[in-house]
Amino acid sequence: MRPTLQFLSDQLIEQIIAEGREIMCKLGIEIHNDLALLLMHNNGAKVDKTASRVYFTQSLIDNALAAVPHAFKLYDVYGNEAVDLSGFNVNFTPGSAAINILDSTTNKFRKPTTQDYVRYAKLMCKMNNIASQSTAMIPSDVHEKISDSYRLYLSLLYCDKPVVTGAFTIEAFEIMKNLQITIRSSKENLKAKPLTIFSCCPTSPLKWSEVTSQNLLDCAAYSIPVEYIAMPLSGFMSPVTLVGTLIQHTAETLSGLVMSQLMNPGTPVLYGGSPAFFDVRYETTPMGSVATMMIDCAYNEIGKYLGIPTQAYIGLSDAKALDAQAGFETSLGAALAALAGINNISGPGMRDFESCFSLEKLVVDNEICGTALRLIRGIEPKEDFPSLPIFEELLREKHLLIADHTRKYFKEEDYIPGTVISRANRSRWEEEGSTTVGQRAMIEIEKHIKAWQPTNLPDNVKKELTVLMENESRKYGMTKLPNID
Amino acid sequence: MNILQEISVQLQQGNPKKVAEFTQQAINENIDTKTILDNGLIAGMAVIGEKFKAHEIFLPDVLLAAKAMYAGMDLLKPLLVKEGIPTIGKVVIGTVQGDLHDIGKNLVVIMLRGAGFEVFDLGNDVSPEKFLETAVKENAIVIGMSALLTTTMPVMKKVIDLAKERHLYGKKKFIVGGAPLSADYAAEIGASAYCFDGMSAVETVKRFTTTSS
Ligand code: B12
Repeated sequence: MRPTLQFLSDQLIEQIIAEGREIMCKLGIEIHNDLALLLMHNNGAKVDKTASRVYFTQSLIDNALAAVPHAFKLYDVYGNEAVDLSGFNVNFTPGSAAINILDSTTNKFRKPTTQDYVRYAKLMCKMNNIASQSTAMIPSDVHEKISDSYRLYLSLLYCDKPVVTGAFTIEAFEIMKNLQITIRSSKENLKAKPLTIFSCCPTSPLKWSEVTSQNLLDCAAYSIPVEYIAMPLSGFMSPVTLVGTLIQHTAETLSGLVMSQLMNPGTPVLYGGSPAFFDVRYETTPMGSVATMMIDCAYNEIGKYLGIPTQAYIGLSDAKALDAQAGFETSLGAALAALAGINNISGPGMRDFESCFSLEKLVVDNEICGTALRLIRGIEPKEDFPSLPIFEELLREKHLLIADHTRKYFKEEDYIPGTVISRANRSRWEEEGSTTVGQRAMIEIEKHIKAWQPTNLPDNVKKELTVLMENESRKYGMTKLPNID
Repeated sequence: MNILQEISVQLQQGNPKKVAEFTQQAINENIDTKTILDNGLIAGMAVIGEKFKAHEIFLPDVLLAAKAMYAGMDLLKPLLVKEGIPTIGKVVIGTVQGDLHDIGKNLVVIMLRGAGFEVFDLGNDVSPEKFLETAVKENAIVIGMSALLTTTMPVMKKVIDLAKERHLYGKKKFIVGGAPLSADYAAEIGASAYCFDGMSAVETVKRFTTTSS
C-alpha cells in the first residue's frame, strides 16, 4: 500500500473550489494582456477593458477543466521518457532561479557565474533521486536580458535531464522555445515529447501581469507545459486562514488554466504554486513554515480532485547555512510532499527563501529525496509468506547476511544513502577525519564533477544551440559568450 | 499623563479614534502644532519602531499604529501647511522598470508613512525618468528604488547615471532594496544606502532627512 497524506475532505475541497470559482465570476480577475482579454471576450466572458478585468463564467471554467490533460510526461534531450507526471507519481526537481550561490570555498553568498552553472549542470547528471534539472540560478556574467535563456542553454548542453524553467520577459520566450525546437528538430516533435516546463506566476491577489500571462499563452501555442505558480501570502496578500488562502489559490490557478486551454485546448499544465504563510516578525515568505507546507499539500489535493497533475515549491529551506534548520525544513517538506503525491516537487538545493542555491545542499537534499521516495514505496510483502523457511535458515546459519533473500531485497527495502550521510561509528568517523556534512558534500561534489562525461547529444546540435545563443547575445551587445572549459 | 503622552500611548495601542480625539484636544489647547507632531505622534511611532526591532511586537502592530498615526496626521496636516511647517521629509519610491514585485516596496511605503514621511509611491515598472522627474517636481530629497530580479537590478544604476547626467546626483539620496541587492552592490552603483527591510528604511530616511535639513 502506498502511504498517503490527506488534509481535506471531498466536501471541503468542493466548497473551496466553489468559492474560488465564484470569486472568478463575481469579483473577476485582473489580466493585463490584450490577447487574453480578447480570447475571454470571444468565449463569453464579460470583459471590462479599461480595468483589464475579466468576469469568468462557470461554463468557461468547466470547458477548461474538460480540456486539460490529466497527465503528461517529460522526455530527456535524447527523447527518452524521464518524468511521469500522473496520479501519485513523485518527481523531484531543484529549486529554481536563485539570485545567489553559496560559495563553498569562502562560505559567502555571491552572484552565480557561468562556471557555477556548468558545475551545477554536471552535478545534476549524477543526482539520481532528482528526475529533472531546473534552471537553478541566474549567471551574472552575461547581459541581464539573456540571463534566463542562457541558463537554459547551459542546462541543455551539460545535462541530459528535462528542464523546469521560465522566462523573465516576453521577448525571452522566442529563443527559449527555439533552443528546444533545435533539440527536437521540429515543433511537432517538441509537442509530442515535451522537454521543459515553464513557470508562470499570477500576481496575488487575483491578477495576471502582462509578462507572465503572455509567457503562458506563448507556451500554450507551442504545447510547452506550464506550471502555474500562484503565491498567496497568508495574512498579507491573502486571508490568514489556510482555507481562505486555498480559495484564493484556486481562483488564481484556475484563471491561468482557462487562459491556457482557450489558447490551445489540451495543452499540458501543472496545478502548482509557491504560497507562503507570511512571517510578520521578519517581513519574509517562509518556505520552511509548516503552514506553508500544509497549504502546498492541500492545493495538491484540490488539483488532483480536478484531475490535473500538480507541482509545489516545497522541500526547501529558509536557513542561510547547511545546518540543522536546513535539514529539518527540507526533510519535512520533502516527506510531506511525497506522501501527498505532489507530482513535481521543486526544492532541492535551495535555501534562504528561494534566493540562494548551494551545491552542497543539493547533494544532501538528493539523499533526502531518496529517503522520501523510499518512504512512499511503503511496506509490501516480498517472499515473506510462508515465513518458516527464512527463519529456519537464520537459525541454521546464525545470520542472514549472505542469504539469497537478503541479497535480493536489501537494496530495495531500505534507502542506502551516499557517503554524505554519516552512518559510521564514532571511531571510524574520527579516523576518517571527523568531517561535517558540508565537508563530505564538498568531496562528493568534486568526485561527481570529475567523473562527468559529455552528453551524447550530437555535436552538430550542440553547435546549433551555441549559434542560437550567440546570435541572441549579440542583440544585446555581447560579442562573445563567457569561456566555459 | 499629559495630553501628548496620551496621544503617543493611544497610537502605540493602535487606536485611531482616541488618537484623533486627543490630537483635537491638544489643538484646542493651543499646543504648538510641531510639538504635537514631534512629541505626540512621532514619539509614539518611535517607540513602536524600537519594540518591533526588539521582536516585542510584530508587523500588524506596526501597521495598526501607523493607521492611528494617520488619524492624528489628518488633523495636523492643514495646520502644518498653514503654518508653513515642512513635513519631516519627502520620499519618492517605486519598483524599477521591468519588475513587477511590489510587496516589499509597499511595506516600505506603509512604514515610511507611518513614521510621518510624505511618500510619493510610483508603483511598479517605473522608468528612470519618472523617478527623477517626480523627485524634482515634489522636491523630495530621497529616492527609493526596489528590485527583486537580478535582471532588473541594473535599472537602478541607470537611474543614478541619469541623475548624474542631469546634475541631480549630489542633491538627492538614493536608497535601494530587494532580495538581489546588497550593501556592496549599492556602493558599486553609487547609491546612498541599502536597506534590508522597512524599519531600516525608516531609520535611513530619517538620517538623510535630518542631515540635509
Ligand atoms: C512574491 C514573489 C513573486 C510575486 C510578486 C507579487 C508582487 N505583487 O510583488 C509574483 C508571483 C508575481 C512573482 C513573479 C515573478 N517572480 Co518572483 N518572487 C516572489 C518571492 C517569493 C517573494 C518576494 C516578496 O514579496 N517578499 C516579501 C517582501 C516583504 O520582501 P522583499 O520584497 O524582499 O522586500 C523587503 C526588503 O527587501 C526591503 N525592500 C524591498 N524593496 C525596497 C525598496 C527600498 C527603497 C527599500 C529602502 C527597501 C526595500 O524591504 C522590504 C520589506 O521588508 C521572491 C523570493 C525572494 N526570496 O524574495 C520571488 C523571486 C524574487 N521571484 C523570482 C522570479 C524568477 C519571478 C518571475 C520572473 C517568475 C516567472 N517566470 O514568472 C516573475 C517576475 C515577473 C517580473 N517581470 O517581475 C525569483 C528572482 C530570481 C532572480 N534571480 O532574479 C525569486 C528570487 C524566486 C525564485 N528563486 O524563483 N514573484
